[in-house]
Amino acid sequence: MALDQSFVGRTYPPAPVYEVGRAKILEFVEAIGDTNPVHRDPAAARAAGHPDVTAPPTFTTIMNLNLINTIVTDPKLGLDYSRMVHGDQSFEYHSPVVAGDRLVTTASIEAIMHRAGNDFITLRAEIATVDGAPRVTARAQLVVRDAEAAG
Amino acid sequence: MSVHKGFELEPLEVRLTRADLVRYAGASLDFNPIHWNGRFAGEVGLPDVIAHGMLTMAVAGRVVTQAELGALVSYTARFTRPVVVPDDDKGALVELSAKVGAVLDNGDLRVDITARFDGKTVLGRAQAVVRPTEAG
Repeated sequence: MALDQSFVGRTYPPAPVYEVGRAKILEFVEAIGDTNPVHRDPAAARAAGHPDVTAPPTFTTIMNLNLINTIVTDPKLGLDYSRMVHGDQSFEYHSPVVAGDRLVTTASIEAIMHRAGNDFITLRAEIATVDGAPRVTARAQLVVRDAEAAG
Repeated sequence: MSVHKGFELEPLEVRLTRADLVRYAGASLDFNPIHWNGRFAGEVGLPDVIAHGMLTMAVAGRVVTQAELGALVSYTARFTRPVVVPDDDKGALVELSAKVGAVLDNGDLRVDITARFDGKTVLGRAQAVVRPTEAG
């Protein structure tokens, strides 16, 4: 079943403020095997011109995923979560995410397509500090496989 | 260092084990059971537990960041095939390589990344745009 096109352009209320911590960044870079000291050592980060350790490129997936889950489980959208896969992901970087940032994520539905029996939904997340400094624009395309074709 | 179209970045080989997936699940807060529960993965039609696409994307990004070509402007990837991670000590071998696919009009570098598992690519159109920090 095709998703309701009227959801395109819909913007969701911002997620609760996410405070970026050094320990969480360390945990994340350990998990992905990134040894760059700018993510681990505040002195190295300052030497590189940052106020504190920086988050690695895909760190904001933490906020992005939370928001994807909020939207795709919206009963009004009627998306079959069990048939959904993450199709693609992009990040545009406006300024580095650093420890101490208090981030606000605002999500919207940018596009809905129905093609070859599958639904494609593109979600955009604008991630900025509470003071309004833009950090990252994240886009996720989710694919919902056709129930009949898959069954 | 002169960076031109076709410039090849240092490749990287990464083994992902079940332990790595559990660790990444905790770090990223992505607790989807297809990434740690073989029984559940089987029930939804997967061959076994699969790695988080975002973990593969993160590891692939290291090829670009470790080259220290400049500041990352954007990073995009399509998840085309799963990385199946067996329940053993060896895990899944992911082979990553990258080269400069284009020098854009403004001097930014488009880096094209290839991620392979089991002889096949697992990311499609994986591209990072990097703004060189130093001229010349």
